[in-house]
Amino acid sequence: MEVDQLQRSFLEYSRLLFHEGFLDGQFSQLQLLQDESNPDFVFEVVSLFFEDSERLLNDLTIALDQQNVDFKKIDAHVHQLKGSSSSIGAQRVKNVCIAFRNFCDEQNVEGCLRCLQQVKQEYLLVKTKLEAQLRLEQQIVAAGGAIPMLNEFC
Amino acid sequence: MGTYNMDLCNCIEPPWPADELLMKYQYISDFFIALAYFSIPLELIYFVKKSAVFPYRWVLVQFGAFIVLCGATHLINLWTFTMHTRTVAVVMTTAKILTAVVSCATALMLVHIIPDLLSVKTRELFLKNKAAELDREMGLIRTQEETGRHVRMLTHEIRSTLDRHTILKTTLVELGRTLGLEECALWMPTRTGLELHLSYTLRHQNPVGFTVPIQLPVINQVFNTSRAVKISPNSPVARLRPAGKYMPGEVVAVRVPLLHLSNFQIHDWPELSTKRYALMVLMLPSDSARQWHVHELELVEVVADQVAVALSHAAILEESMRARDLLMEQNVALDLARREAETAVRARNDFLAVMNHEMRTPMHAIIALSSLLQETELTPEQRLMVETILKSSNILATLINDVLDLSRLEDGSLQLEIGTFSLHSLFREALNLIKPVASVKKLYVTLSLSPDLPEYAVGDEKRLMQVVLNVVGNAVKFTKEGGISISAFVAKAESLRDPRAPDFFPIPSDNHFYLRVEVKDTGSGVNPQDTPKLFMKFVQSQPLAAKNSSGSGLGLAICKRFVNLMEGQIRIESEGLGRGSTAIFIVKLGIPGRSTESELSFIHKGPGIQAKPNFSGLKVVVVDENSVGRMVTRGLLVHLGCDVLAVASGDECIRVVTHEHKVVFLDVTLPGTESFEVAVRIHEKFAKRPDRPIIVALTGNTDRTTKENCLRVGMAGVILKPVSLDKMRSVLSDLLEHGYLVESQ
Repeated sequence: MEVDQLQRSFLEYSRLLFHEGFLDGQFSQLQLLQDESNPDFVFEVVSLFFEDSERLLNDLTIALDQQNVDFKKIDAHVHQLKGSSSSIGAQRVKNVCIAFRNFCDEQNVEGCLRCLQQVKQEYLLVKTKLEAQLRLEQQIVAAGGAIPMLNEFC
Repeated sequence: MGTYNMDLCNCIEPPWPADELLMKYQYISDFFIALAYFSIPLELIYFVKKSAVFPYRWVLVQFGAFIVLCGATHLINLWTFTMHTRTVAVVMTTAKILTAVVSCATALMLVHIIPDLLSVKTRELFLKNKAAELDREMGLIRTQEETGRHVRMLTHEIRSTLDRHTILKTTLVELGRTLGLEECALWMPTRTGLELHLSYTLRHQNPVGFTVPIQLPVINQVFNTSRAVKISPNSPVARLRPAGKYMPGEVVAVRVPLLHLSNFQIHDWPELSTKRYALMVLMLPSDSARQWHVHELELVEVVADQVAVALSHAAILEESMRARDLLMEQNVALDLARREAETAVRARNDFLAVMNHEMRTPMHAIIALSSLLQETELTPEQRLMVETILKSSNILATLINDVLDLSRLEDGSLQLEIGTFSLHSLFREALNLIKPVASVKKLYVTLSLSPDLPEYAVGDEKRLMQVVLNVVGNAVKFTKEGGISISAFVAKAESLRDPRAPDFFPIPSDNHFYLRVEVKDTGSGVNPQDTPKLFMKFVQSQPLAAKNSSGSGLGLAICKRFVNLMEGQIRIESEGLGRGSTAIFIVKLGIPGRSTESELSFIHKGPGIQAKPNFSGLKVVVVDENSVGRMVTRGLLVHLGCDVLAVASGDECIRVVTHEHKVVFLDVTLPGTESFEVAVRIHEKFAKRPDRPIIVALTGNTDRTTKENCLRVGMAGVILKPVSLDKMRSVLSDLLEHGYLVESQ
């Protein structure tokens, strides 16, 4: 495939991700930080995010499974998840975390469980999308092109 | 007596006995013959002397000699009638012998001479005839010369004026005089060309309006030849005099071509392709028995041609005079109009200059004071009122600026302020300005700058910003849901020649590039037929727009002017109502460093100073429990060139922080007061040292308690997460410059 075409598909895909709210401006900031001295920055951060999130989701699942739900701990975990997702720009995950925290404050188990479900879904979605995007990136780099950027938006 | 006497006197006796009477008569005749014979040569000599022409002189001499000798003979014969001496006889014999000789010679000569003399006579006759002929010819030449003189005189008379009327009148008068005419008339074709109208006559002062149809056979006959034609005195064109008892004289008619300017080709004789002829009719005096002579007819023909030329000259002159008068009038009118226009422009400029100042001053006052008012304590209703005032005055200020700008643009007095500026930051700033508006309407805005877009460009930054803002603002204004995407890239040569913009001819060069910006929105769209009208002043195409329109309709017109000034092109494309629209503009910008302009003026504008301030090697510490967040913040700072030490907990931070670290980024999303304790402990560690590290808080919380707490524990400032690269950059610069954050980010 032509580099031009790849780049255009990449841009379209990125635009779509932003459009649908999966990613926000923070992600493009990360892309900015990728340069010759740090060529795999985005990849590293994203991988770290996946690891972190999976661990947190696991912990959350376990914690909510308990008889006596420790809302403080759940809150801390959700807080972490919120932090990570906002650092990487995973907007929808972050939004669900915010709602999750509210339910925690209310000590609403039902709500929390529902949120957990949602968070998992959103996480899986964003994971798939990010992986697809990373693959496109790799293809472009392999074809010798530069990765075009969607710089900023609100 | 006898012979004895004879012998002694040596005399000769005549052979016969002398008869007295006969001898007397002989004696007398001989005498007269001798006389005659002596006088004839004398007469001949006399006449020969008189005429020098006679070619045969010697013949005459011969003849004279013959006659003389004959005379001598006869004379001597006189002596022989009586007794004569021998001498006399001898003389007589000699004379006779000579005479014989001469006369024979003469006789022989005459045989030769007489034919010659006869031929002389024939020649003489011939010459006489010739002389008569020459005389005749001389007569003819003289006549012709007379005619020529007449023609020249006539022509002179005719051509000495350029007035049509005079020309025609003079022609008739002169012709009448030269040729001794009784009547001379000119028939002109009417406007319709179907009739001939009697226009001028010699004798009648005011010709009555006779007309004859043009299709008469006699008229056709005359029109078909360029020669003067004898016509019958009874034909309608010749019936000019009241019929009298006189025998009318011969009439001749000739055509006069009415030439137009178009008939005169440069290299040919005028083509008589014109169909318009006038008819000149000439009548000899009646009862004069005069005939038209050939030379007179020739004269008439020549005159007719001359008249044609003179008339066309007159017509040309008339035309050119008329054209010149018209031009003069137009000149005067134009001059007046120009002066009026100048006055109007001057008046308008004066007005604008005054209004400019007069209007802006109160506007500024209103806006400034309303802003200040906004900062004070107000009730919600008051706040609403103040906000409305502010919004309205901003709109008014924009309108005033627009109108003033447009006026200056229109009369070409606006000039671009060229300088070097950062393209990237221009777009980012535009984006930042439009973000609030868009987010209020819940619209997304994306910006995509192509990688080959130069960082810096040479052009008018302010106006380009205005264009971008205007276009983007327009897009936002007309979009209710969805969003706007802005993309900017360097236009390639092929894409510059857009079939949709056929009158745009960009010329790529080494010092310039063409920036192409596309702003696509998902808004209400525009009817494709209306797209050209969008850039016209004060035109609002959609009635719906009137409801929520806050513009004057000038914005896009101004954009177009600016874009044109930047040698570019702007247009809006839309597939129809409800289908969104795309605004595309291309402008020409210079490439800094390659242009031959004197200095590169650097204009710093807004946040994000691109002249990378030197953070290299700056030692900083990042404290964040969240691994992802930590990594991101670290990445930011590394990208800016810092030497980053990232730690996961407050304790670790206190352990590793040294005086070499200039800044500590402390993430305070840690629940509880842990982070604040960290700050306090750091302070304690470096108490009394002037170069202790600056502590900055990173937080996701926007509430004021967090901020207050941070400041209370001596943090230099609070940064709101997520942090963008530009934000971090400006934070660092601020911190290094001032030691604290001038405004919380």
